[in-house]
Formats: sequence, C-alpha cells, structure tokens
Amino acid sequence: MPELRTEEMVINMGPQHPSTHGVLRVELVLDGEIVVDAIPHIGYLHRCFEKHSESMNDYQQVIPYVDRMDYVAAISNELGFAIAMERMLGIEVSERVECIRVIFAELQRIASHLVAIGTYGLDIGAFTPFLHCFRDRERILDIFESTCGARLLYNYIWVGGLSHDVPTDFKDKVRDFVQYFPPKIKEYNDLLTYNKIFIDRTADVGVLPADVALNYASSGPILRGSGVNWDLRRDDPYSIYDQFEFDVVVGKGEMGTVGDCWDRYIVRVREMEQSIRIIAQAVERMPDEGDVKAAVPKRIRPPEGEIYARTETPRGELGYYIISDGSMSPYRVKARSPCFVNLSVLPAISRGSMVSDVVAIVGSIDIVLGEIDR
Amino acid sequence: MVETLEQFLPHPLLALFIHAALPMVIVFPYVLFAVWLERKVSAHMQDRLGPMRTGGWHGWSQTIADMIKMIQKEDIVPSRSDKFLFKFAPFLAFMGSYAAFAVIPFSSEYIGAHLDVGAFYILAVTSIVTLSILMAGWASNNKWSLLGAMRTSAQIVSYEIPTVVAVLSVIVATGTLNLMTISEMQSGTIFNWLIFHSPFLFIAFVLYFISSLAEVNRTPFDLPESESELVGGFHTEYSGMRWGMFMLTEYADMFLVSLLGSVLFFGGWNSPFGDFMSGPIWGVFWMISKGMFFIFVMMWLRWTLPRLRVDQLMDVCWKYLIPFAFVNLVLVALWEMIF
Repeated sequence: MPELRTEEMVINMGPQHPSTHGVLRVELVLDGEIVVDAIPHIGYLHRCFEKHSESMNDYQQVIPYVDRMDYVAAISNELGFAIAMERMLGIEVSERVECIRVIFAELQRIASHLVAIGTYGLDIGAFTPFLHCFRDRERILDIFESTCGARLLYNYIWVGGLSHDVPTDFKDKVRDFVQYFPPKIKEYNDLLTYNKIFIDRTADVGVLPADVALNYASSGPILRGSGVNWDLRRDDPYSIYDQFEFDVVVGKGEMGTVGDCWDRYIVRVREMEQSIRIIAQAVERMPDEGDVKAAVPKRIRPPEGEIYARTETPRGELGYYIISDGSMSPYRVKARSPCFVNLSVLPAISRGSMVSDVVAIVGSIDIVLGEIDR
Repeated sequence: MVETLEQFLPHPLLALFIHAALPMVIVFPYVLFAVWLERKVSAHMQDRLGPMRTGGWHGWSQTIADMIKMIQKEDIVPSRSDKFLFKFAPFLAFMGSYAAFAVIPFSSEYIGAHLDVGAFYILAVTSIVTLSILMAGWASNNKWSLLGAMRTSAQIVSYEIPTVVAVLSVIVATGTLNLMTISEMQSGTIFNWLIFHSPFLFIAFVLYFISSLAEVNRTPFDLPESESELVGGFHTEYSGMRWGMFMLTEYADMFLVSLLGSVLFFGGWNSPFGDFMSGPIWGVFWMISKGMFFIFVMMWLRWTLPRLRVDQLMDVCWKYLIPFAFVNLVLVALWEMIF
C-alpha cells in the first residue's frame, strides 16, 4: 500500500472572525486540529494616531485621539497622557482631581475587565455570563454618562484637570456601585469561573512561564497571571496610588500550571475586587469642594525636551513617549501599547495546542485592536 | 389509523399520503415554537426580553417572520463548490431526521409505521444526518466547514455507541423493540414508567440524555457549530432556506431524541395520573409535553454551560460514557434476572 500523503493546512482565523476580538488575522498552520504555528497579522485598524498627533495645534487636542486607542478603557489612556504632559509641564493637580481620576480609572478597569471576562466566556462557549457582565458594566457607564455625557470615548481627563466637575450625587452613585458589585463577582464565579467545563478548557492551556513573559516584555494581567508580582500602581506609583491600600493579584496555578489561561482569567476577576477596594477608599478621601479646572493651562507650550510616562491600564503598561520642540504641537508622540506587546507572545504559547485553544489563548490575552494598530 | 382515513377519502394512496404527512403537522409548528422558545428562554436567563414586538404578544410570530425572510433570500452557492452535493445536503439532513418520526407513537391510536424494530430503525435512520453534514462540509469548499464536518462525524459516530447501549438497556427490560408496545407496557400510573422500574434504568436515562445531547449537537457538545471557533462549522457557506433546512433539522432532531426519551423512559403517551386525562387525544398532549420538557432542559443547559474541546469530547465518550453504559447494561440484565 502506498504511503498516505498528508500535508499541513494553512487557515486564516480572521480578520472577520468572532473570536479574534476585532480585526486580528491569525494565520494558523494546522496538522489536523493541532496548531503547528500561529502567526498574528495586524494593521487592519491602523489610523495613524501617532502621526495625527503631530499636526494637532494644541496638546489638549490629542486627548480625543488617545481615547480611540483602547476604546474599551478610554479613561486609562487619557490618564496616561495627562500624567505624561503634567510631568513635562510641572503641573500639580488638586487632591480632588486626583481622587476623581483614581475613581474613574478604577471604575474603567472594572468595566474593561468585565468586557474581558464576558467575552472570554463567549469564546469558550458560555453565552450567559457575557450579558450579565454587560448588565453590570452598564452601571459604570451610567456613572460616566452622568458626569461627562459620553459612554465610550470620554475626553474627560484633561492635561491639568478634568473637563467637567462631577454631579452632586456622584459619591452616592459610586458608593451604591461599591455595595452592588461584590455579590455579582460571586455570581460570575458560580456561573463561569469554577465551572468544570470552563476549568477543563482553560487550565493548562497556553501556559506562559514567567521567564518567557518577561522576555517578551508582557505586562498587566498577562504578566501577573504568570506569577510575576509587578504592578505599576504599586511599583512605580503615579497619581495618588501610593496612598491606597490594595493587593497585587498574581496567578498561583490553582487549577493547573502557573501562567495558564485560567490564571490570566482569575487575575482579572480578583483585580476587580481590588479596584472596588481602591474606589471605596478614594470616594471617602475625595474633598467635596474644589475647581477641577483650576490647573488647566490656557496655552500649552512645553519646553524643549522629552518625557516617558507609564501607567497601568487594564491591559498592562501603557507608556507615552512625547518629544516637544517647544512649539504648540507635539514633535513626536509614541505610545507603548500593552496589547501589542502582549500579543507578540501568541505564537510562543499556542504552538502544539488545538484550534479551540487558540481561541481560548487569544481571549485570555485580552487584546483591543484599536490599541495594537493605533 | 390508515383504515379510518381510507373510509373517508376517495383513493387509498391519498390516505397513505396524509398518514405519512401527519408528523409534519406536528414538527413544523413545533420548530417555529421551539425557536421562539429558545429566544425567550435565553433572553430571560440573560436579563433581556427577547423578541417582544412581532405579532403583538411577546413577539410570538417572530419565527414566522424569520422563515418568510429566509424563503425570500437569495440562494447563494459558492462558485468553487460541489454544486450537487451542496444543494442536496440540507434536504438529506431533514429527510434523515423526518424519517425517524415514522415510528414515534404520538398517541395510542397514531404511529406512522407499526414496525417491530422501531427502536433499531430510529438509531439507524438518524445516522443519515451525519452523512449529510459531511456532504455539506466537503461540498462547501471551505476549510472551516470541513473542520466542522469532520468534528461532527467523529462526534456523532462515537456518541451513537452510548446511545445505543442506553436504549438497549430498555430493550433488555421490556423485551421488545416495538416502541408502541414499550409505551403500552408503561400504562397505568406514573410508577409504571420505566424510569422507576429499576435504579439502573434511571442511570440508563442519564446516559441516554447526555449522549443524545451530543447526537443533536447541543451545548456542551455543540462543537460542530461552535460559532466562536468555527463560525457555524459545516453550514458557514449556507444561506437562505438551505440554511433554514439545517436549523429545521437541528430542532427536529432535538424533538426526536426528546420524544424517544419520553417513550423509552417516561411512559410515552401515558398520562402520569392513570386513567385521569388519558385517551388518544390526551396521549398526543402528554407526548408533546414530555418532549417539550426535555427540550427546555436542553435549552437551559445550552445557555448555562461552556463548550468542551474536541479531545475532551472524545474523552467523555470513550473513557466515561461507553464503559458506564456497558456496565449498566449488565446490571440492568442482572436486575431483570433476579426480580
């Protein structure tokens, strides 16, 4: 009998695919259902953010563009840019502004993680947790909407302050949410996290050892999922994060190996609990009176020079490298996107897994293509 | 039943035709209802309302509107596909599923064909669905569809074994393959149902239900479709009414395994209250209610559980279900010998 001829199959996952979280294209080389290689192709959502910024007449005008990078966590992007510019200009903002920024950033982190774990459930095949997550995200968006009118792209945090003051019942709303949310986390855990099928699908899948994670410069929940205790909020504090009590959550390999998909997932779930803790402290600290626009400069004309500032967004380390030539427009703006860096680890951890695992791995990296392609 | 019809109708062939088409009268409205129910069940589980407007009361006519929309759609056949197989596959799928309804006793007075090997016939004829899915996946000339089709055939062929063994346990207990006789044996009160016959038949029912979920590709075994990985699997390239035929088959299959489950374990058309509310017409009512109950359970599972991976799916079948089913079969037989 002649030898049966077999060959590898090249198959495109995306750019139009429900589980690539946007317009990512993964070129899969398959041997049956086993993945021989996975090559991510990006660039389908490129909008020239960095080049665009150079033609803005005012640094303040860059902020709406920054929103559109990671559109699931727009506030975090604004915060990073505002902090970079404030360091460059030497602006100090008031305690009230700092508290509002922290509350917003942490609410945004919860909202972003809700999208991440909800869509992750969807990738694994569980529909219902997705809509439950969106139900709770809605409450956060309602708080944002009542403050700045926008639900997705806020243009709220400005260089030197905020675009609007918060409404009078802001503290009550935030306190309500702090009361409302922790029982819901238990609900997700019952429905998804500790489901046997979910654990089978995610534990020991896409294991990313700590040294590989560090070599690829991963950050955020990906890095912490691999057991590396690193969080910029604690290790390189910005804003007033050094004055709050919270724990940095790391993956411990409870269900399988350290650094598997389940660890990355559970880090997000537990970070939401920590964010609630920070919010509860910040809302008690926040002064009731104060002009949030007091430090907003009329004209921004930074001295010649450059700055790199990094913040911890829900997806990892977001850095802005800004060069000023002393004029009203930035000479160069470069964003160090956490998703872009995190995605680069995909080929390394998906070789040898199955097609369904690639979906689970891409979901656990939690990418936003708006930020990767910029 | 055929004899009664022949008295009223001018030609015996006409009577036969009407007799054969009767399950269609149940299956089509059932599918329309089940799709609507699936939407409502999923919506209420997910904190939504689901369709609320079409037709007035809770969007009851949404699926009718959807069906009309599907019929109007353009019939797209991919240019590089195998045209004959591509067009034929959906109808073969429905044929395999509909043919199985012939031996389902809907009531004490109505059964399509009084076959003495009814249970065997159902298990045999439903396997045609596998063939049609493989045809659809191959003919689409799409790699994703092919992956989906391969998964399906592997899955259905494997899961047929535990299903057959679970059905065989009932056959051991009753001594007949005739589904009408099995139903008649369970008449009387609820305690005459086979599920209460012995503890091992209860286990057999659980095995049957799990493996039938895989047979009809429902969550957690819905890998062939797995919209988040294969984007629809074998029916990615289908559109319009051909796609509708696959959906029709899926829901008809769900109905079929639910009805078979209620015939084998839950008394078929028998009323749970003995003589109260029993009779040929009530028989249809009980049969369909029992079927709908299992369909509801399937929907409940679908909107709660995630999906298994393909190797785990095979593990569940070959490592757990099949050994369990065989041991259980022996225990059922021992029980019958002793008592």
